[in-house]
Amino acid sequence: MKINNLIISLIALALILISTTSFSRVIHSERSLYRNIIVEDKKDLRCLKFNVKSSKTNQSCMYKGNPDQLVFNYTKLVFSSLLMIDAPKKVLIIGLGGGTLSNTIHHLYPQATITNVEIDPAVIKVAREYFGFFENDNVTSIVQDGRIFVKRAGIKKEKYDWIILDAFNGDYIPEHLLTKEFFEETKNILTDKGVISANTFSVSKLYNHESATYYNVFGDFINVSNQENSNRIILAGHKALPNITKIKERVKNLHPILKVFGIDINEISKHMASTKKTKDWPENTKVLTDQYSPANLLNL
Amino acid sequence: MTSKTNALIYFLAFSSGFSIMGIELLGGRILAPFFGSSVHIWGSIITVFMLSLSFGYLIGGKLSTKNASLTRYGIIFVLASIMVLPIALFSQPIMEGIFVNVEDSRYGSLLASTALFFIPTIILGMISPYSVRLLVTDSESSGQVAGVLYFVSTLGSALGTIITSFYMVLAFEVNTIIIGFSITLGGLGLVAILAHKASRSVTQSTSQLAVK
Repeated sequence: MKINNLIISLIALALILISTTSFSRVIHSERSLYRNIIVEDKKDLRCLKFNVKSSKTNQSCMYKGNPDQLVFNYTKLVFSSLLMIDAPKKVLIIGLGGGTLSNTIHHLYPQATITNVEIDPAVIKVAREYFGFFENDNVTSIVQDGRIFVKRAGIKKEKYDWIILDAFNGDYIPEHLLTKEFFEETKNILTDKGVISANTFSVSKLYNHESATYYNVFGDFINVSNQENSNRIILAGHKALPNITKIKERVKNLHPILKVFGIDINEISKHMASTKKTKDWPENTKVLTDQYSPANLLNL
Repeated sequence: MTSKTNALIYFLAFSSGFSIMGIELLGGRILAPFFGSSVHIWGSIITVFMLSLSFGYLIGGKLSTKNASLTRYGIIFVLASIMVLPIALFSQPIMEGIFVNVEDSRYGSLLASTALFFIPTIILGMISPYSVRLLVTDSESSGQVAGVLYFVSTLGSALGTIITSFYMVLAFEVNTIIIGFSITLGGLGLVAILAHKASRSVTQSTSQLAVK
């Protein structure tokens, strides 16, 4: 018995030692108006987290030694949008995170104007200080609720040719940014040849509702995902699918440019599936509206 | 007052507490499409609800000093029922108008919640002091009566909050829930009015019996 106990405690001790060798260090934490913001370093990796210290809540990460290299799969998948459109001139990003998307898009298209909309001023500050997020004549950030920004942009008749929906609170996408009415307002500020890219999760009860809602507003859309992770990017709003030769041409042109950022556009292009071929949600799925959007409850 | 009418009054006070908080909770959902989900949205909503409740208490108390009756009590409910309806029927044009004219979403949301919730919540606030008036028979028990009344109506508020936010938003549209509150309030008001009529005819017939 005693020997058994000794062995168990030795194993426990060993496990503790192993787990602490890969420890991470909190280099900044603050409580903003909306959440706790934590910046954490783990070897070369720096991550932005909301609320809790678990890896599940990573909002954004970067390699300190190589900030250009994208860490997250989903950020890489977002660039599949570029197969749908010509070089973007006006980009709108809702939800800043670490500012990775903004930085990367500016590197790719220095002439494009990029508007970042972020509700939490503390997130903008942290992105600037710890994640190298930069602003200049073409790149700006605005502190505002995404819904309000889009509504006002609609009134001012502004148009964007690439709109990226990437707003998350600690749990998921805020409910009022996941309704039919919001998508209609977003569609209203999209140019004829533009595209909307939305970052969503692919494992939740909400999946079907999201699909049904996007389909209701935009018609057929494209799902971009890969088996290994639980993100899916929805590409919507395009009037017609570019033909195969056009897409192949864009893949060929973009491949070397995107490689620098760790994006394999060739590989990503193989994981794009239009809902024209497969609709993977039941036809009677309820569309989310301003009147009915129990989004976060469905996401449990 | 019989114990039956007392029970009815407590139940009505419970239901008004339930409806007030149910509506307040939905307020966040109603305003979000126009004014976002920042903290100041809740600042606006709670301010308007507290302010109108306070006026409601004042007016309800004043009103209870003249000819207080179950019928008048019921009329307050019917009025509340009617004033709650515009939240479901006209909130879109009202908020659109405010959104276009007020850039700052803090004042926009404050104006919008005033436009939508101020009047119905004043009327709902009148119910508590009026209930006290109907329930209290002597000064000795007045504190206890008020205590039970606060208990019942605040319990209603707690349940209205949790049931609306946990379950009703999953099952119904926001407007459906609002209209549900309106119908409940109106129906209960009518029950109070009818109960008053019934008890009056009973007292009349008993007094006629006594005369005979």
